[in-house]
Amino acid sequence: MAAIELRNVTKKFATADGGTYTALKDLSLTVEDGQFCAVVGPTGCGKSTTLTLVSGLELASAGQAVVHGQPVRGVDTSTGFVFQQDAVFPWKSVLDNVAAGPLFRGTARPAANGLARDWLRRVGPAGFEDRYPHQLSGGMRKRVALAQTLINQPRILLLDEPFSALDVQTRAIMSTELLQLWDQTRPAVIFVTHDLEEAIALADKVVVITAGPGTVKAEFDIDLPRPRVVQEIRFDPTFVRLYGQIWEALRDEVDEAYARTTTLSTVAS
Amino acid sequence: MSETPLRTDLPAAAAPAAAPTTPPDPSPSRRRRGGRRRLALAAARTAIVVALLTAWQVGVATKVVDPFFWGEPTGVWDQLVTWITEGTPQGSLAEQIFVTLEEAVLGFVIGVVLGIVFGIALGRVQLLAELFAPFLKVANSIPRIILGAIFTVAFGFGIQSKVILAVVLVFFGVFFNAFQGTREVDRNLLANARLLGASPWRVTREVVLPSAFTWILASLHISFGFALIGAIVGELLGADKGLGLLIRSSQNNFSMNGVLAGMVLVAIIALVAEALITVLENRLLSWRPPQFHGGAAVE
Repeated sequence: MAAIELRNVTKKFATADGGTYTALKDLSLTVEDGQFCAVVGPTGCGKSTTLTLVSGLELASAGQAVVHGQPVRGVDTSTGFVFQQDAVFPWKSVLDNVAAGPLFRGTARPAANGLARDWLRRVGPAGFEDRYPHQLSGGMRKRVALAQTLINQPRILLLDEPFSALDVQTRAIMSTELLQLWDQTRPAVIFVTHDLEEAIALADKVVVITAGPGTVKAEFDIDLPRPRVVQEIRFDPTFVRLYGQIWEALRDEVDEAYARTTTLSTVAS
Repeated sequence: MSETPLRTDLPAAAAPAAAPTTPPDPSPSRRRRGGRRRLALAAARTAIVVALLTAWQVGVATKVVDPFFWGEPTGVWDQLVTWITEGTPQGSLAEQIFVTLEEAVLGFVIGVVLGIVFGIALGRVQLLAELFAPFLKVANSIPRIILGAIFTVAFGFGIQSKVILAVVLVFFGVFFNAFQGTREVDRNLLANARLLGASPWRVTREVVLPSAFTWILASLHISFGFALIGAIVGELLGADKGLGLLIRSSQNNFSMNGVLAGMVLVAIIALVAEALITVLENRLLSWRPPQFHGGAAVE
């Protein structure tokens, strides 16, 4: 049984002017247990929408999202979600942020704090437990967000361009750390990104989504050996070959999406 | 009138409450320059007050201003001294202040609690908002001071009618801010809390409430003023004690100095309350980055 299955899902949103906007159309995607799947596509192709459907934050307009054989009917707390923007609670200290999950799930305060300390040690240097999020760097805030999600030991981990706001070096470091963390519990992952290099470096499988309405254009298996070091893997000949193949599929979609934004902006101006 | 003692309370009230990690102290020279600037500001403010009062007093002395209608600073001062040393016609001054404060504080607290509860409930539950929004809009459009006349008749000359008027005045400001604050909570934070396993009640308590507090606290500054207005107007309409009654009976005796002295007392209460609310605000919002502290922009 697959961990995550999207079966011919379509997602439409109502727009402000009374029309509908189709974000996803007839999209099918399967992620096996313990598999790391990266979803790439041009801006605005509905990549993130796939995550909201799997998490139950939104329900599909047609088709079905299935997690571990069960259709998704609402928010499922066995799913972990790391958001693109900061979603750590700004009024809670780092420790309280990480302990939030266990506390929400009924763990007693001392036990939750113990767990939180343990996970903070795993994601980064200790000693910033009493800080507020605004006192941390972007990379540190992402580490806190990761710890906050992973502490619940989700069987499904959804990541929505989690490192897109970070600088290039921090991003590579964080990606390597993410792989190490993932390796400890091996949840099924969907990692949404527009960065093909990041996708190949991290994933077992890369899925290319078409320019909106999004549907699967092609899937590629990434047979690079693990454990991987993201900073170095891009020089591997297999990496280079895969990059060439996948870029071939992605290029048309990126061109298409870019052409649309430029025409739109011409109209707007 | 000495200048410095009058202003020494200001820096203490305006300084943000110490956050867990205060940024490193600015260099001594910078701090001294900041201190000197504050002193200069305080002196300039005092000078403005002194100039206005002097002009007023001179106006009275030269018969440009009629003290029968407009009072005079020395008269106001004498009235205050008389009230403090000999008491007012309706009892000691402390008692009048206490009664008015009691009404205002009770009205403030009840109004704020009701406003927050209703604001968040309607902000969170779409059906409640749809059901009650028209009623609240109508209620809000009524000039609420008029209700004071009804309350005085219905609840009598005691503090009850004043407290209720203050509650009504405070409620709407807090309610609309709490409502809007609830609506504007970051959707990512809500989604995150739900996925982390929070029940709707915990989402409300741990995400919506702290997030809406920025809005609610902003409304508290105005709300205490409203509570005070409620108490004073209630007393003007009919009471057996309080500052409003003091002002009213001064007016009936054609003592403008008495009316103005009452106003001075009300202003002092309002300023002290404002300072206390600022302290509370800085304490509750210490998690925010320093540049967002409301108090910092003042100095």
